[in-house]
Amino acid sequence: MPDYPRLQVAGEAALIVYLARDSSPELTGRLQALADRLHERLGSCLEDLVPSYASVLVLFDALETDHFHVARCVRECLAELPPGDLPARRLVEIPVYYAPESGADLETLGERSGLDWRHVAQIHASRDYQVYAIGFAPGFAYLGNVDERIAAPRLSTPRTRVPRGAVAIADRQTAVYPAESPGGWNLIGRSPLRMFDPGARDPMPVAVGDRVRFVAIDRREFEALGGAL
Amino acid sequence: MSALLVEQPGLLSLLQDRGRFGRAALGLTTGGPMDPIAADLANGLVGNNGAATLIEVSFGGLELRADGPAQLALTGAELPVHINDRAAPCWTVLELADGDRLRLGFSETGCRSYLAVSGGFAIAAQFGSTATVLRERIGGLRGGRLEPGDRLPLGKQAPVERRWLPPRFRTRYHHRTTVRVIPGYQQQHFSRTEQRRFFGNSYRISDRSDRMGYRLEGPAIHCALEGILSEGIAPGAIQIPADGQPIVLLNDRQTIGGYPKIGSALSLDCAALAQLRPGDTVNFTPISEHAAHNALHLARAFERSRRFEPAPA
Repeated sequence: MPDYPRLQVAGEAALIVYLARDSSPELTGRLQALADRLHERLGSCLEDLVPSYASVLVLFDALETDHFHVARCVRECLAELPPGDLPARRLVEIPVYYAPESGADLETLGERSGLDWRHVAQIHASRDYQVYAIGFAPGFAYLGNVDERIAAPRLSTPRTRVPRGAVAIADRQTAVYPAESPGGWNLIGRSPLRMFDPGARDPMPVAVGDRVRFVAIDRREFEALGGAL
Repeated sequence: MSALLVEQPGLLSLLQDRGRFGRAALGLTTGGPMDPIAADLANGLVGNNGAATLIEVSFGGLELRADGPAQLALTGAELPVHINDRAAPCWTVLELADGDRLRLGFSETGCRSYLAVSGGFAIAAQFGSTATVLRERIGGLRGGRLEPGDRLPLGKQAPVERRWLPPRFRTRYHHRTTVRVIPGYQQQHFSRTEQRRFFGNSYRISDRSDRMGYRLEGPAIHCALEGILSEGIAPGAIQIPADGQPIVLLNDRQTIGGYPKIGSALSLDCAALAQLRPGDTVNFTPISEHAAHNALHLARAFERSRRFEPAPA
């Protein structure tokens, strides 16, 4: 029997499905496709689904169903997934004002690998990223993978205050802070786009399985789009 | 519309309903009452359905003034209750007249008390729920705790008779509890010795415990894995970070996390755990998911057998 997909009990009303050992852009598409099918199959028995990197956590109503039934539904949904890669569902563009005045760690990050800060920005904006997971805080999307030349470990002392819209790097992941919060990621720019707006009909511009492209803008465009340093 | 005005919020008083479900894709956690059994009884006493918004009072100290008449009930951890200067009981429907002051003292055993009003608090829902999650700044009023001067409008509902939950049906709280655990997640990466250590020892509730999680102090547990790819966290999941001190993740937990987990606590026992105070003691015992399933159905049958009765004069 192959090691994956693997189902594991995760609680009295929870099963976790591991699709693979490691995450990859192709896998994220499959996770989202599995989540969509489970949503339909389990209907009102379902309390929530949490896709993340290489797994989906299935939370169900233990008084309406049980592990046995949910595991069977998961296996059926897995069998229905088309073989091969599943394309990302959407490509979302996120404008970023990259500059030392908007990204406090941009220059330090460049110095680590002998790059000018403009070059760091250019590398960051030159590839598409996969949305691997959403968590930590509402609207916080983990995007990857960052080019190794601009990957950098978390700060040894996290900042007590990172502004909303800060674009940041930690190891080979990148993210846009959805709200002002403490944070230990390296700041490289600011986006005027709100990653989480509790009042909006569509509170988040991205979902797990989407792809993201960062588009460099200048200070004037940043301010015209509602940004403020 | 009648309302209750907050004069003193106490240590931590939060508006809660059952919780926010189906929003993990946005990174939103569930919130909701830490002891949903006590919360349901408070709503039941005043004739509300279980989805009504009430106040979770942690430790006590809440003081309210009635603007118009109100019926209310307090359940959960017992604390001294005064209406104006008259002592009043918990687990019983109480009446407030316009201008009356309700003062709650502090609990000594248990730490979550629930104050429900007839009709519930009429608070706007966010993402389908009024549950306050401080970390997310979502729910309640302004996403925050109750503050002096807050006005809590009451929903409309026909008054109920003066009734109580007879003492024989009341939950008793203690300074020690045993939590049943469904082994799962990375359980196979904890050696037999480590599992025996976890299930064979007592842990003390740390004073850094909160609505996100109960942090425990005791014999350190080691996992063969250092970290894992971040994955969804079920309610009650027991996370073992690098220092080996377990954390039971509760209502305001983050939706995903990258520490290994030995299993998940039974929800019924999470309610009892959440009533423990810093310095209290917890033990763990493993059960199968089938035993957990049976325990949940038995508990539902017991909840249905609890009957409110007319309160003695």
